[in-house]
Amino acid sequence: MTNDRRGFLKQGLLAAGAAMTGGIVGKVTSANPVPAASGPLSTSTGETVHAMTSSGRVVHLTLASVATAGGSQAMAMAAADATGRAGVPGKKWIMVIDLAKCDGCGKCTEACGKMHFIPPDRQYIPVLVMHDAKLESPYFFPRPCYHCDNPPCTKVCPVNATYKTQDGTVLIDNDRCIGCRFCMAACPYGARSFNWGDPMGDGGQEAEYSPEWGYPRKMGTVEKCDFCPEHAAMGILPACSSGCPMGAIYYGDENEDAVTNSAGDTVRLSTFLKDRAAYRHMENLGTKPRVYYLPPIHRQYPAPAEPKEPAK
Amino acid sequence: MSTLPYASRQPGPRDPLADLIATLGSPRLPHKVGVITLALIAAWGFACYLYQLKHGLAVTAMNNYFSWGVYIINFVFFIGISMAGTLISAMLRLTGAQWRRPITRMAEGITLFALMVAGPMIIIDMGRPDRLLHVFLYGRVQSPILWDVMSLTTYMSGSLLFLYLPMIPDMALLRDQGARFSPWRQRLYRTLALGWKGTAAQHHALERAMSVMAIAIIPVAVSIHTVTAWIFGMTLRPGWHSSIIGPDFVVGALYSGIAAVIVAMALFRRFFRLEAYLTPLHFRNLGLMLLVAGVAYLYFTVNNFVGSSYVGESDEAGLLNSIFGGEYHIQFWTMVSVGMIVPCVILALPWTRTITGIVIASLLVNIGMWIMRYVIVVPTLSAPFLPVMQLGAKNAVATSYFPSIVEWSITAGGFSAFILFYILFSKVFPIISIWEMQEAPEK
Repeated sequence: MTNDRRGFLKQGLLAAGAAMTGGIVGKVTSANPVPAASGPLSTSTGETVHAMTSSGRVVHLTLASVATAGGSQAMAMAAADATGRAGVPGKKWIMVIDLAKCDGCGKCTEACGKMHFIPPDRQYIPVLVMHDAKLESPYFFPRPCYHCDNPPCTKVCPVNATYKTQDGTVLIDNDRCIGCRFCMAACPYGARSFNWGDPMGDGGQEAEYSPEWGYPRKMGTVEKCDFCPEHAAMGILPACSSGCPMGAIYYGDENEDAVTNSAGDTVRLSTFLKDRAAYRHMENLGTKPRVYYLPPIHRQYPAPAEPKEPAK
Repeated sequence: MSTLPYASRQPGPRDPLADLIATLGSPRLPHKVGVITLALIAAWGFACYLYQLKHGLAVTAMNNYFSWGVYIINFVFFIGISMAGTLISAMLRLTGAQWRRPITRMAEGITLFALMVAGPMIIIDMGRPDRLLHVFLYGRVQSPILWDVMSLTTYMSGSLLFLYLPMIPDMALLRDQGARFSPWRQRLYRTLALGWKGTAAQHHALERAMSVMAIAIIPVAVSIHTVTAWIFGMTLRPGWHSSIIGPDFVVGALYSGIAAVIVAMALFRRFFRLEAYLTPLHFRNLGLMLLVAGVAYLYFTVNNFVGSSYVGESDEAGLLNSIFGGEYHIQFWTMVSVGMIVPCVILALPWTRTITGIVIASLLVNIGMWIMRYVIVVPTLSAPFLPVMQLGAKNAVATSYFPSIVEWSITAGGFSAFILFYILFSKVFPIISIWEMQEAPEK
């Protein structure tokens, strides 16, 4: 792990190699694929974006500084998508979680929590301990939102407050949400949390609200993992992915057929999924998740202790 | 107003106009105390709602597992008993059952007032009631909530019309009493009578309108119970995502609706001394209908559980274990025994099928059906496919749900408001249709 973001990005580029088709890390310096559909807003200055360094520190950057860091794309993105509803044209964000690499340290949960100022009563990406059958070994199982292609949550929303953008991300507009919590009941994965009380004490109050980062929180609305769209716009991995010391969480663009992890390994998505016998959790539900798991075989860490029966 | 004591009043020759005008008189002291108590409970519930508005749903016991709770249970319960009016009125009108005459209006009243509580329960459950308008501004017709909004508003306006239409001739009868009533009542009755003179043409028009309404309201009523069930049925959750849940809600609604009418009938009979109108025949007929609905609901309940118990599909199995032998077994078996088996036995045996027996059975059914709504809503939420948080996480959310004081208070307020609406209605309008009783063929 490098602590310096530029170095981290460079490493990613090197790892990707000359034949790289353009993973998320590579995009920072690659030709800008985002059309200049940004309109007059792109000239606005002084807007800040939130980013996390690879050491897990949250920094607030002005758009201008992000642009000089190599992301004119970020500026275009942030401006083109002021409502947070459009998504990035031409992109299909995707995540691959290598369960063989996950040692259950919980750094992804932690990094995500810092990044989104998450209160202690919820986790966007809990690391669950799975134990499917007595004779099978338990394994760690990070569970983000699956950003399903057939999302049961957006289907039932009465006011289109939760929606799917063109880049495949499922987001929530908390200026729209009426707090009926139907999406929470509909999500079979328990990915959604609710702001039951007044979230005024939580962090992120100084930011301007956008569905792309979900804070400052609003009482009586639903929230969840958002795949860190503003990170994607800047060509940075999501907080959980960059925060994973094992490099277990890969993220990238399905259209580019490449995913990258925090170690800077960029791999060809299609062969990676095939070679490693990837699967999606509960395929039988028909939700078509955008998160793939690689089975926990040839693990690089001791198995978790067998979980006790949940205190139901 | 009659001053005969309750027990000495004999069923005999009856004068509907005089008897029912008597029910509109000033209430006796104990009744006044009752009304004031109900009003205080409703006011306390409202105060608790204001408190909830200020502090958010954090004042409830709901959490990220139990994202729905007692408000949704109340909603489903009140939607259920709203079936009463449609069933009694529409079905019995269509089949020409003469014995329906004294009970149609009190049944239709239950429908309207139950809906008047069910609707607000949804708003109380909303995290952002201030954004209610979003449902109309940004409404997505693909969402079952929109189906419920459409169905509920249609049903509510339909029931209002269905209640009002046969009241027109009564309004004219009361209007013609003139100065016997206070000026505001005279004005009210005159306005609502719509110039009714009882001509043949007017009677014909009313009959036609009633027939159309009686037919139209039945599919609307079936739709609201089905659509309410679909709010649960359209999710990928064990216990909810079932093909039987729509009809199950319709039959459950019939069951609780009939029971609600019987309880209302018993109360009005006692407090308004309407023994000459609400006779053992009415209790017996409704009691038998309740028995049929109860057996049908038992059948649906068995169907609901037997397949998944037999197959043992793992996600369903966890839920069933918690219902049959786990955390929710007390609620479930209370519902099955007290809410279904005991009432059905009371109603089935001739020597317990007395007015007292039938009323006790109906009370048990209503209590049981509320518990059944709890068993429908809560256990499924306790059994997600994946836990919401990792085990042993700091500040992990509770994995059980018991309503908070605020939730109980608002629930009590809702029930009080329902009874209060009903009492106020019965003091302004005759609870039994006068003209329909006058026209009733003598036995």
